Amino acid sequence: MKIIVSVKQVPARDSAFKVDEEGKWLEESDLTYEMNEPDAYALEEALQLREKLGGEVVVLCAGPQRAVQTIREALAKGADRAIHVQLDEQDRFDALGTARILAAAIKSEAADLVLTGLQSDDLGYGQTGVVMAELLGFSHATIVMEVEPKNGSVLVKRELENGWFQNVELPLPAVLTIQSGIKKLRYATLMGIKKAKTKEVKTTAASQLSASSGTPGTIIERVYLPQRNKQTQLLEGDARKVAHDLIEKLKFEARVI
Amino acid sequence: MSVLVIFEQREGKWNRMSFEALAACQKIASALGVPSVAVVLGSGIEALAMEAATYDVEKVVAIDHELLKQYTPEAYTAALEQLIKQQNPQAVVFPHTYEVRDYAPKLATRFGKPFVSDVVDVKVDGNLAFVRQLFQGKLSADVRADAEPRFISVQAGAFRAAQPGSGEKLIEKFDVQLDSSQIRSKPQEPFREAQRSVDLTAADIIVSVGRGIKEKDNLGIVEELAAALGAELAASRPICDNGWLPMERQVGSSGQTVAPKVYFAVGISGAIQHLVGMKGSKTVVAINKDETAPIFETADYGIVGDLFEVVPALVEEIKKVKA
Repeated sequence: MKIIVSVKQVPARDSAFKVDEEGKWLEESDLTYEMNEPDAYALEEALQLREKLGGEVVVLCAGPQRAVQTIREALAKGADRAIHVQLDEQDRFDALGTARILAAAIKSEAADLVLTGLQSDDLGYGQTGVVMAELLGFSHATIVMEVEPKNGSVLVKRELENGWFQNVELPLPAVLTIQSGIKKLRYATLMGIKKAKTKEVKTTAASQLSASSGTPGTIIERVYLPQRNKQTQLLEGDARKVAHDLIEKLKFEARVI
Repeated sequence: MSVLVIFEQREGKWNRMSFEALAACQKIASALGVPSVAVVLGSGIEALAMEAATYDVEKVVAIDHELLKQYTPEAYTAALEQLIKQQNPQAVVFPHTYEVRDYAPKLATRFGKPFVSDVVDVKVDGNLAFVRQLFQGKLSADVRADAEPRFISVQAGAFRAAQPGSGEKLIEKFDVQLDSSQIRSKPQEPFREAQRSVDLTAADIIVSVGRGIKEKDNLGIVEELAAALGAELAASRPICDNGWLPMERQVGSSGQTVAPKVYFAVGISGAIQHLVGMKGSKTVVAINKDETAPIFETADYGIVGDLFEVVPALVEEIKKVKA
């Protein structure tokens, strides 16, 4: 079974998110990066499927040079090889733009399954996987919790809202977007990190993929700090003082305790 | 020329987010100077279409077909593709539900258009722009998508649900062409894993804990806080995924939706998926060490600080007050 895992490199969750001077994007100089957490769960699912069924796990990642770090991490965890679609630092793609590049990069791979996280922690469109499936002509399922390949098809458990689930059978090839947190993530071993250095990383410039041309579908006009919906009272002081003030306010101001 | 809103139903029951999407649709339609049109899909949906027709729309389009009885992305996409080609709308508005997340990107891609998902507001002064949250709610962005039709989904709770108006509008039946050979996915019946024994929706006070608690062994301090307040203990998704608390105590889009008198968010950053489950709370208290955490936008009272110091101090204080 050949499984492609599409991963994205995103700013780390605890980064300082500051708006840049033009107010069009965020200040990137302060950021550190990590593998998009939902994608890490997709990678874990792929590695476990390969352990059960054999085959190959190929990492796919579109990003600038810094994304190589995330690709190496995936290889160190056990992926067999990688495809890096190199973007320029200033490239900004929406989900459709990214999916077009990713789909073009794996068109000739003849994958059985393409796995990816259900959404990214940066733009959060939550749709790159589904768009890739449509562009590749694959079947798809979203918010997948369990994957059980069968002969020529795959049975998946999908999460619905409010505690409901559903099993769906799909013909292969298929794209699945994986729910976070279901399986425990592995760490890269020292041996894995060593081996990763010898694994193949095929680099293709996004501009070479015809799909990357064309005008962007969406334009980010302005980026800004969210406006507060409510007037938040920030309580200040040491732990004892804020505890005291909070209980006073809940009792006499909000009158809820 | 119109703006379409796609109503969602399952087994004859509305997803109430449909009427929030209608409110967004009306706002966009009035900015563009065109009427709103509601779309209902399914099998045997006459009664639903009639109910939809009591809302403030120009007309209701009903797509009634046996192959739309159970949701599949293939049938829904094919049906709406045909309708959109016939109606030629300027925009199509969806509620941002799990079902919409499953098929709307596929549908928009058929038209070569971006799908602007999870929108929290629409700006109509000047260029039409859609407000989205980036970086898990740390920043907001105004996004333009000018090519028509625009595809937009609306986050739960972002718009006040439209109320039924007066008079019944025209119901138009759309003759859809569907063939079972188009449908590749074979869905089985939806199911629930276990009966819920904890009903968080009935709680007056909820103490909810998130990633900031760091380890399972640290849960004791929030349990103490809950006990001191006589509150129910709840959690954000990562805590339940780790098995530190049972799934039935999860608040958020995949867990329970709660609206207590006081909601204590302890070490919860406030990802969108969590906020939709608790933003109806009367009073929200947030305790987080990261002053930029989005939870502070929803909080009435915020404490930027170390929960491992603040929570025990709160327990002491409550005991003092109650003594």
